Amino acid sequence: MADAPPVKARGLVKRYKEVLAVDHIDLNVNVGDVYGFLGPNGAGKTTTLRMALGLIVPTEGTVELFGRDPLRVGARALEGVAGFVEAPRFYPYLSARKNLELLAALDGNGAKKHIDEVLQIVELTPRAGHRVGGFSHGMRQRLGIAAALLRRPRLLMLDEPATGLDPAGMRDMRALIRRLADEGITVLLSSHQLPEVQELCDRVAIVDSGRVVYEGALADLRRQGGAGYRLRTTDDARALELMRTQTGIEHAANGEHGLIFQAEERDMGALSLALAQAGIGILALTPELATLEDLFFRLTET
Amino acid sequence: MRPSTLTVYRWELRKLVSQKRTYLGLGLAVILPLIFVLVQNLHQHEGHRNENIFASHITESGLATPVLMLLFMAAFMLPLIASLVAGDIVAAEDSNGTLKTILTRSVDRGQVFAAKALAAMTYGAIAVFSSAAVASIAGVASWGFHTVVTFSGSVVPAPEGLLLVFAANACYLIPLLTVVAIGVLLSTATRNSAASVVGTVGLVILLYIVAQIPGIEGLKPYLLTEQFQAWQGLLRTPTDWTPIWHSAWVCALYAVPSLFAAYLVFLRRDVAGG
Repeated sequence: MADAPPVKARGLVKRYKEVLAVDHIDLNVNVGDVYGFLGPNGAGKTTTLRMALGLIVPTEGTVELFGRDPLRVGARALEGVAGFVEAPRFYPYLSARKNLELLAALDGNGAKKHIDEVLQIVELTPRAGHRVGGFSHGMRQRLGIAAALLRRPRLLMLDEPATGLDPAGMRDMRALIRRLADEGITVLLSSHQLPEVQELCDRVAIVDSGRVVYEGALADLRRQGGAGYRLRTTDDARALELMRTQTGIEHAANGEHGLIFQAEERDMGALSLALAQAGIGILALTPELATLEDLFFRLTET
Repeated sequence: MRPSTLTVYRWELRKLVSQKRTYLGLGLAVILPLIFVLVQNLHQHEGHRNENIFASHITESGLATPVLMLLFMAAFMLPLIASLVAGDIVAAEDSNGTLKTILTRSVDRGQVFAAKALAAMTYGAIAVFSSAAVASIAGVASWGFHTVVTFSGSVVPAPEGLLLVFAANACYLIPLLTVVAIGVLLSTATRNSAASVVGTVGLVILLYIVAQIPGIEGLKPYLLTEQFQAWQGLLRTPTDWTPIWHSAWVCALYAVPSLFAAYLVFLRRDVAGG
């Protein structure tokens, strides 16, 4: 169990009558990952997270958190695990502090003594005595993080934590997640906000219509998207003609700011020599990796 | 160390204490006896000669008041008050999304269910005893702490009468907690507070209607609503335990399957709300 991965899902299926919400999903979140769980709305992200947290029962398959299945061992499976699915919910008639006291009581293990500290982390100390019913969406999101941190998690599962926040709130939320990840907490971040995932995550799973269409390192995904280059020369028209005859150069075309094409690194030497022999000077040659957004739409739009 | 069910139960009570709607039912339970005593005082009533023995002795002993109030409230008002919380206790958390919040902590579903069922029962018991206490205090303040006459016509001293009043209320808890169990089942199964409260009260009304159907007299002793008056056996001389024991096992036939079914639903349910 000590070496078990934070999240391991195998063949997860959730069916609601005729609707297949999750279709044989496999996930592997390793210790130290900041793992992006990406997909359009309705792709099955939240349903998968709910299954992982033991909130809903899978139709098929298993999910284990640090080697423990919530369906088999109940709340013990959530030791070292915290987070929220969809928006974090609290008792509106209780203050932020009372809500945290309640949750700390349900956590045990002396969680109560961390309340001041977690309120400080999410910068809610001045509002701790106020009823949650009067909190803004952003404050509730931060209180959700505070509630999760009370458990001293090794795995933090966050479902769309920046949704509904203003730009400053989003920036603060990302900074907070980055800081927590830097402290060694494994983060499973479900999101459809691509810049957020691109900024925070090192590994991703992309789901579409309940199925994982990609799982792996974000860098690998971007490499798979094709290494692209942008080239400016002293004579772009001749350069383009030459590139079209050059082995290993693909999809050469006129772009907005020069020529764009795809090629393996090993073919770049031959290209630059060919351009030089043809008397074409290279003004700029810049590698351009596909953005996550490009790849996301390529994978989820058929 | 993981939290105990007692800890979860304490927090369920604290949540109830913090909600305004909790006081709606409790307010009804304590205001009705006060209104009753006030009206009797304003009318300088000398007794309801043609009604039951407690009504006819209302001004002779303050202890007749809690008995009359129980007679009046047992059939519908107290079941309604109890179902206000029982029908709401799971469904409200489901629709507010807080069920997922507490179910992702270190407590098992069984603990949460037990704490919620116990809290709803505690509320029902507090409503009954609050009503009895207020009726006793208001009655005694108006008409004194005197001997009281039982349903059999025998006279019992005031201290013994007071004890009997509270014992009768304790007996009444048997069918009332059964109503709570049904409320908790509906709350768990329907996930809808209004439907659960209305459903629980509706079931009570339905059973009263069933009791009026000619030709099913044999079924009548087994209807839950018939058990609401079983406590009267305690106020007879000698004490008539038969209706009380009958009530206990008939209520168990309703309550145990209801609670067990609610527990199973709660354990296996998908928490997809909020």
